[in-house]
Amino acid sequence: MNFFIKKLIIVIPTLYIAWTVVFVTLNIIPGDPVNLMLGGRPASEEVRENVRKNLGLDKPVAERYVSFLINATKGDLGKSYLTRQPVTKMIKENMMPTIQLSIGGLIFGVFFGVFFGIIAGTKPNSMRDTFAMVIALCGISLPSFWIGMMLIFIFGTTLGWVPIVGEGFVSLILPSISVGLFFAGGMARLTRSSLVDVLNQDYIRTAKSKGLSTYNIILKHSLRNAMIPPVTLLGIQFGLLITGAVITEEVFARPGLGQLLLQAILAKDIPLVQALVVYMTAVYIFLNLIVDFTYGIIDPRIRLERKSA
Amino acid sequence: MNRNKIILKRFLLNKGSAIGGIFLIVIIIGAVFAPVIAPYNWNAVDTGPRLSPPSLSYLFGTDIHGRDVFSRIVYGARYSLSVGVISVLFGIIAGSTFGITIAYIGGRVDIIGSRIIDVMFGFPSFLLSLLVVAIIGVGLWNVVFAVGLASIPHFARIIRSAALQVKEQPYIEAGINLGFGNLRIMFGHILPNIFPIIIVIATMDLGGAIISIASLSFLGLGAQPPEPEWGAMLSSGREYMRYAPWTMIYPGLFLFLTVMSVNLLGDRLSQALDARQSINRGKA
Amino acid sequence: MRNTLEVKDLNTYFKSDYGSIKALENISFYIKEGEVLALVGESGSGKTVTSLSIMGLLPPNGFIEKGKIALLTKNNTQINILELSEKKLNQIRGNDVSMVFQEPMTCLNPTMTVGSQIIEVIINHKNISFSAAKKEMIELLKLVEIPEPEQRSTEYPHQLSGGMRQRIMISIALACEPKLIIADEPTTALDVTIQAQLLDLLKKLKNSLVSKTSILFITHNLGIVREIADRIIVMYAGNIVEEGKVSEVFNKPLHPYTIGLIQSLPEFNIENRKKIQPIPGNVPNMNNLPSGCNFNPRCYLVKESCKIQKPDLAKISESRKSRCFEYKQLI
Repeated sequence: MNFFIKKLIIVIPTLYIAWTVVFVTLNIIPGDPVNLMLGGRPASEEVRENVRKNLGLDKPVAERYVSFLINATKGDLGKSYLTRQPVTKMIKENMMPTIQLSIGGLIFGVFFGVFFGIIAGTKPNSMRDTFAMVIALCGISLPSFWIGMMLIFIFGTTLGWVPIVGEGFVSLILPSISVGLFFAGGMARLTRSSLVDVLNQDYIRTAKSKGLSTYNIILKHSLRNAMIPPVTLLGIQFGLLITGAVITEEVFARPGLGQLLLQAILAKDIPLVQALVVYMTAVYIFLNLIVDFTYGIIDPRIRLERKSA
Repeated sequence: MNRNKIILKRFLLNKGSAIGGIFLIVIIIGAVFAPVIAPYNWNAVDTGPRLSPPSLSYLFGTDIHGRDVFSRIVYGARYSLSVGVISVLFGIIAGSTFGITIAYIGGRVDIIGSRIIDVMFGFPSFLLSLLVVAIIGVGLWNVVFAVGLASIPHFARIIRSAALQVKEQPYIEAGINLGFGNLRIMFGHILPNIFPIIIVIATMDLGGAIISIASLSFLGLGAQPPEPEWGAMLSSGREYMRYAPWTMIYPGLFLFLTVMSVNLLGDRLSQALDARQSINRGKA
Repeated sequence: MRNTLEVKDLNTYFKSDYGSIKALENISFYIKEGEVLALVGESGSGKTVTSLSIMGLLPPNGFIEKGKIALLTKNNTQINILELSEKKLNQIRGNDVSMVFQEPMTCLNPTMTVGSQIIEVIINHKNISFSAAKKEMIELLKLVEIPEPEQRSTEYPHQLSGGMRQRIMISIALACEPKLIIADEPTTALDVTIQAQLLDLLKKLKNSLVSKTSILFITHNLGIVREIADRIIVMYAGNIVEEGKVSEVFNKPLHPYTIGLIQSLPEFNIENRKKIQPIPGNVPNMNNLPSGCNFNPRCYLVKESCKIQKPDLAKISESRKSRCFEYKQLI
């Protein structure tokens, strides 16, 4: 229990430090946000002052920093420059498609990655090892936007098997593959090397000496141990899923937070960019927390104290 | 010395590195000799019918402006390769300097420096690059800077731990006792010893850098038209996917093959490095 | 009464960058029912390779060139292990023959409770329910003298001490009452006091086991051999160089290497008030063996003939064998 509580507690300062980085970064912007707000129209000094007050830009940096952190915690980060809508509302509206996409990519990536990793790792230096690893290499070398378009081209346009646009589960297939492919490649490689390591361990020899079947050994004994590094990789690659959403939503013309972020950047809509980054960072950190928890569940050495040897 | 030669031989003869190496050399030659190889200028519009399919005179067809896709791809090699290399160089140089310095000085400086690296790791790097571009604006070199910047914590962390290991070696202590200046030890002694590791991780990350930059260009944040950068070409080719798929297929294909070659080489290099290290350890 | 184990002309090799290296040459020996045979030698002598060959647990680059390994199973049939399919081998392993390894820390799965690792081998071979297997597991833990067995069985390997982990390994080996237990240096990785406890336990167990279990006890420590073994085989550089009853061999060793081993023992020298004498030289590299007798560069009895021809393992009496041209000098 100790382990899980400790991890939970550390998350909070990490979150605030990350948010601080966001604040610092976004406030180095050259140029006057007031201009953006006014849409480049000329305005009197009075109007400018009003706008400045509305944006809270007349207050000193320290005060703005503190209110920024408070607002971020509350989940209220002001209004978008361009649409004048509360950014939180905009995020809520666009959240679902991105979550679906991320989960789709995650499922594809984990299943195919681990599958090919096991194929390769259980017979290292064999034909099937080479085959699986070449596929994995392709996975990490393929630009996701290109493979996305190729998938649309082959399966959508030419073969007409899968609908390109629209809601629903079926339309999630191609984008999920697009997002998850890189992820699958990395998982496959890591699962393979981890499995090879584990299968060379002494306790596998002990398992064999008990007369356990190969199948049994792989599933029960090695997989649990071998999955520890790939789970760690998951944490690092969550960032990929989030950002992969940006590209894939663009390619497949799907609504979502990725699209929103892109448009916000191009339009220099600072409050929206800020809110999205704040939100995505929080999600990233919490996902990593879940990964840490999983790590603790899989490996008892992590969560339990060692007795004296 | 002999051991090194054996490893080098194994590396060169290995199928993976051979394939990757050859393809990469082809691309580099293409990039360097672009004016000679490309039949048309990459920016020459209306050299022929617009959106015409691949033929003898237009190996990869033409795009919406009547430009020869093949020529644009050959020139594009210059962009994609060089920006990748520069971005990685930037990240490596900054990351190494930071990593070696805090490892060498140690103590509180090291602790603070490591915390800084950890904090920057709290961000997915692509998001960081997006953020930087949001601030400094769009453009190919902005993106190169952004991607390079986002890669610094990653390099700094690895190089720091490598430097820490080297720092423990007796010859470093000997150098300190002999009164060598700090800079001399850091860059004259520690750096050369971790050089192989630096090369390997730089190569392994090169592929990722190329893709990141191409991705950002694809989103419209990097190379701007009419620059023949492969990512940007994919973005414009996208509109004509239905009738002129070659404008989309080839830039992406070359992006893929280049990154794959770089990754192959990086893989083999890292295996060779592991082999060398285990032989060294075996000796000791 | 048949022999539990009969090894005949076992030749084991390893593939390497330098070609095939011979690790075992024409190894032949037997173990009687209920007997403890000690297999003694320095590291690199081939004792562990012998045990792995018997169990079929050689690493991927190891292979057995020729030989016969006859095991008496629990159904009283004799089978040649080297001719078994993998499936049949799995029926034998853990059941008719089992093994206790040297390093208890790395030999137990860190992510499984110790109880489940014992239950696993029981369920694999016996057709009983999980709860029945669990009861047997608790009984086994009591047998190997682990206190609070119910509590301990739910713990993980890293939570136990080295001595306890080795007791778990022993209980795994005993679980299905095998005909043969191979113990490969089971006490080497442990403190001397724990060693003594475990040897006591093994002696107790050996005397109380119902199925006339034999033990192949592998060690480099001659002191332990006297404690626990009935017969002894001495190995050097892939060959057996001496064989006999423990009391005979210790009283009158008939091979210079055995003499060297005994003389390097502190206990021996305290008894005889002599200085400890190490054997000069080093164990040879298996791909660079000397010509003639493997031991000749280090031997104090060496003659010219020893450098040219390799002696056979000569049978001196019913129980005694020696691979030395000069053994008569030692009688």
